Parts: sequence; structure tokens; C-alpha cells
Amino acid sequence: MAAISREEVAHLARLSRLAVTEEELDTFAGQLDVILQSVAQVGEVAAADIPPTSHSVPLTNVLREDVVRPGLTPQEALSGAPDAEEQRFRVPRILDEDVAS
Amino acid sequence: MTTTLPAYDEVVARFEPVIGLETHVELGTNTKMWCGCPTDFGGEPNTRVCPVCLGLPGSLPVANKAAIEATIRIGLALNCSIAEWCRFARKNYFYPDMPKNFQISQYDEPLCFDGYLDVEVNGEMVRIGIERVHLEEDTGKTLHVGGATGRIHGATESLVDYNRAGIPLVEIVTKPIPGTGALAPEVARAYVAELRDVIRSLGVSDVRMEEGSLRCDVNTSLNRPGEEWGTRTETKNVNSLRSVERAVRSEMLRQASVLEAGGRITQETRHFHEDTGDTTSGRSKETATDYRYFPEPDLVPLAPDTAWVAELKAALPELPRLRRKRIQQDWGLSDLDMQSVVNAGAVELIEATVAAGATPAAARKWWLGELSRRANETGVELADVGATPAQVAELQGLVDAGKLNDKLARTVLEGVVAGEGSPTEIMTNRNLEVVSDTGALTAAVDEAIAANPDVADKIRSGKVAAAGALVGAVMKTTRGQADAKTVRELILARLGA
Repeated sequence: MAAISREEVAHLARLSRLAVTEEELDTFAGQLDVILQSVAQVGEVAAADIPPTSHSVPLTNVLREDVVRPGLTPQEALSGAPDAEEQRFRVPRILDEDVAS
Repeated sequence: MTTTLPAYDEVVARFEPVIGLETHVELGTNTKMWCGCPTDFGGEPNTRVCPVCLGLPGSLPVANKAAIEATIRIGLALNCSIAEWCRFARKNYFYPDMPKNFQISQYDEPLCFDGYLDVEVNGEMVRIGIERVHLEEDTGKTLHVGGATGRIHGATESLVDYNRAGIPLVEIVTKPIPGTGALAPEVARAYVAELRDVIRSLGVSDVRMEEGSLRCDVNTSLNRPGEEWGTRTETKNVNSLRSVERAVRSEMLRQASVLEAGGRITQETRHFHEDTGDTTSGRSKETATDYRYFPEPDLVPLAPDTAWVAELKAALPELPRLRRKRIQQDWGLSDLDMQSVVNAGAVELIEATVAAGATPAAARKWWLGELSRRANETGVELADVGATPAQVAELQGLVDAGKLNDKLARTVLEGVVAGEGSPTEIMTNRNLEVVSDTGALTAAVDEAIAANPDVADKIRSGKVAAAGALVGAVMKTTRGQADAKTVRELILARLGA
């Protein structure tokens, strides 16, 4: 059985704001399926006494003192932007999308 | 769309509300959460940005120690357990308010969890459970342009300023709060007010709702008695204490009318409108799985050691509720008087005024009298009314020294609120000082006696109560700048009464 359905790929594409054609959906569903199956194989050899690893380096508490450091000028910040207006990044309109909080 | 809403009394007779609050607090650190950019409010667009908060390739975030400390202190003040080990999480979503296409937040491993905050409502203590306190980053600000309304619908493009992106943001989530019945709106308000006071006392944020450094989302659901909790809605854009109360109430009324008509509540985000006090439907809530949270690979886990946490706990300041109790005793106030001071948001203002030299009674009189009235009229918080505790203490000093009477002091206070300067400056500049020059006063008294011979006769014959009419006349000629008691004494002396 496939690890990921065509509908799930379409849903992910929508969340990622990617315009994916019907043909591409089939292609990507197949490719992602191979990736997921491969990862699942790794999962099979992981023993119950090995906790899932999120960080490969055994470090904690890497913190920074609360001291201001110089950043970029607005010109530098906007230099790579496709478009700018009023010293702000200009992007296409966004319709009823989520805003994080 | 017009629907007739049921009466509030009927709603609470038929339904039980369950509320919950999510509060976001921008920390007052010097720098952002993951980089050294400054966090000051305002500023020209995109002047406080760097490769890290712009999400440029190759940049790496490093957590701000002061923000971690502030969050732990908030957690401790809210009686939470502090995680021995936790991770940040990446919340993926595609919206340009974050340039990275994700927000670094915390998911199933919050830094602080399982606490409570005791809140007083109508003299009763209500314990509000705290589910979690976690740390994340604020988003940039988007400006929608090109449309006729300036709102998101109809806009053709958005302009984005990332000055705010990456400012440390603490999210405080309550457990569901059932059983408050008709008091639900007041409980919600009292909780946010108490939380604000607690955070302010910690000195970790200026918690100003009008500037957005404290923002509140209100969850509301209704169920019929004995039934399971209903579907909840989340109301956003609730930006004042009064709005917190109004938002809960208006959502209770709306949901009741839907349920009474046999309808169902949709789980959704609703937007609160300050002008009408109503909520309107926003987008349908995306589910948590849509955010595809996963442990943030660019940040190592946090493991606050117990000695550090104990040190932070030992250094917590006296918390507002205990402080209020102590102050009430020091000032000799009844429960009712103290309640009015608390409700007016005047505790700290009065305390500072007393520290600046005024008596508690005088400080309370000004803050709860003239200044509260003024704040209500102009719709601002008492702290923003335009007078400082030091100015109020100075004003009272002038009254105590006999330089201002009550009426003149009020005129001077109006000047202070209008930004004309310090009380002494205003008194001098506007020539408002009490006339204490006895020569000038005696002349005014003699003039009043000469102008009112019948009254003078009455007083001579022992009817001292009639002196009031002459006092009034003298006050009129001195434009209210005489001390009424002195005037009265002078009149009686002149007439040998």
C-alpha cells in the first residue's frame, strides 16, 4: 500500500502554495512514496530502547546574551527582494490565509 | 444580516459557558529572540532586521538568554512546573508575515506547564488553571494595499515590514474554565487584568494592550446543563480589557441564538470589532497537523538546571495580589475602597504618588476622582491620562502648603493633563496661586462689606452664618484665588463678630 495518497500530496501542495498539475500529482505521489518507504525501513531497525533523535549533537542551552548587534540597512535588507515599496517588501496579495500567533 | 439576540439573562439560564484565554506577551528584551536586532516599538520599516530574522540562507538562530529567563519567571509567577528539558518546534505555514515560511515556536514541550493564577471577581477568588507558557517569535507587519478598503479582501498586494519579526513572544494558555456562568465575561477580564499586573510586576514586558505588547484571543463555547462542552470559537483582535469582557459576552449571545434556532456552532476564528462590539467569522481554523510541526533543527534543546530555576524563583518580586493585600492594610482601606482602587487600575499609581510624598488619602482622591473621570471621558487607561504620580504628589504639596485651594488645584491639574508643565509651573504661569497677601484680601473684604450693607449688619448683630454671602463675593473678586477660610476669618474680624 502506498505510504502517501494523491490527495495528501494535493493537500501539501495547497499548504505550500504550490501550483501542481494533475500529472505532477501522480509523479510526486510516486516519488514521495519511495522516500517514505525508505525512511520506514530505517524505522524498522530502530529498537524500542532507542529514543527518536532530533539533534545529532548532544548539546543543550546554547544561549546568547541580550546585547544589540548591528544588522542590515533597509537598502541591504531589500536588495534581494523581487519588489519593494515604501521601504517594505512587496508581495502579491494574500487571500484569507492563516496568520501565525 | 440582522438577527435578534436573546437577552443575556436568558442565555445564562439555558446555557453554561466554557471559556479559555490565549494571551501573547511581547517581552521587553533589548534584542530579538534569535538575533541581536533591537526590539524598540515603532521605527522606520525594515531598519531592525538582519540575515537571521529575514531568514536568509546560511543564517542560524541563537536563543536569547534574557527571553528564556523572562519566560521561566512568568511560569514561576503563574505557579507552573518548569520543563527539565524541552525543544523548540518549527511551525510551517506560508504567509509573508514570516520571511522563513515558518515560525519558531514550541509545540508539545512547552517551557512551563500546569500552573494557576488566582483572580478576584466580585470579592470571590476564582482559580484559573494555566495549561502552558511557551516561547515563540513575533511576526512581521503586513500592510494591504491596492484595494478600496485597505483590508485584506480587495487588496492587490501586501507590503511587509519585518522590524517586529523575531521579537520574543510568550504565549500563555489557560485550561478550559467552566462553571463561571453569568460571570464568564468578568472572569475573562479579571484574568487578563491580573495576568497583566503579574507580568508588569516582573518587569519583563510593558504589557500595553493598545500598543499590542499584550494581545488576547478568547475561546468561548456554550453547552446545555448536563451536556458535553460545546464547539468553541476563537475570537481574535481583542485589544483592551473592556473588549475581553465584551467579546465573551457577545460571543455567548451569538452562539446562544444559533443554538436556540437549532443550528450548530462552527469551530472557527472570529474577529472582534471594537466599534460594534460584535464578532464576525474569519477563516476556518487550520488543524495542528497542517502546520507540520517538527523539532527545530537549528536550535539545541533547552535544559534549565534546577539551581538556575531556584535562583529565579527566589528573586521573584512580591506578586500583585499579595502586594495589594499589604497596601490595603498600610493605607487603611476597606475591602470596598480597595476594590475601587483596583478596578480603576490605580494601585501602582497611588503607590507611586505616596512614595513621592502624598498621603494615601490625598493620592487616592486625585486618582479616583478627577483623573479617573478624565480617563473615562477620553477612553484611555488611567496610567495614560497625562499626569504622573510625581506631578500629583507635587500638586497635593501645593494644596498642603496653602498655595492652592481645591478648586484651583483642579484647574492646575487640567493644565497638567493638557501637557502645560509641572503643577508649580502652571500655577505660576497662569497666576493661579491663592491670594495670601493680606492687604489685597482686606481690600477685597472691605469692598464686599461696602457693597452688601444689609448682610454686614446681620453679621454685626451675631448672624455669623450670613458671612457665606460675603465670602462668595470676595472669592468672586479674587477669581477664586483666595483661601475661603482666611476670607471668612477676615470678614468676621472686620465686623467684630
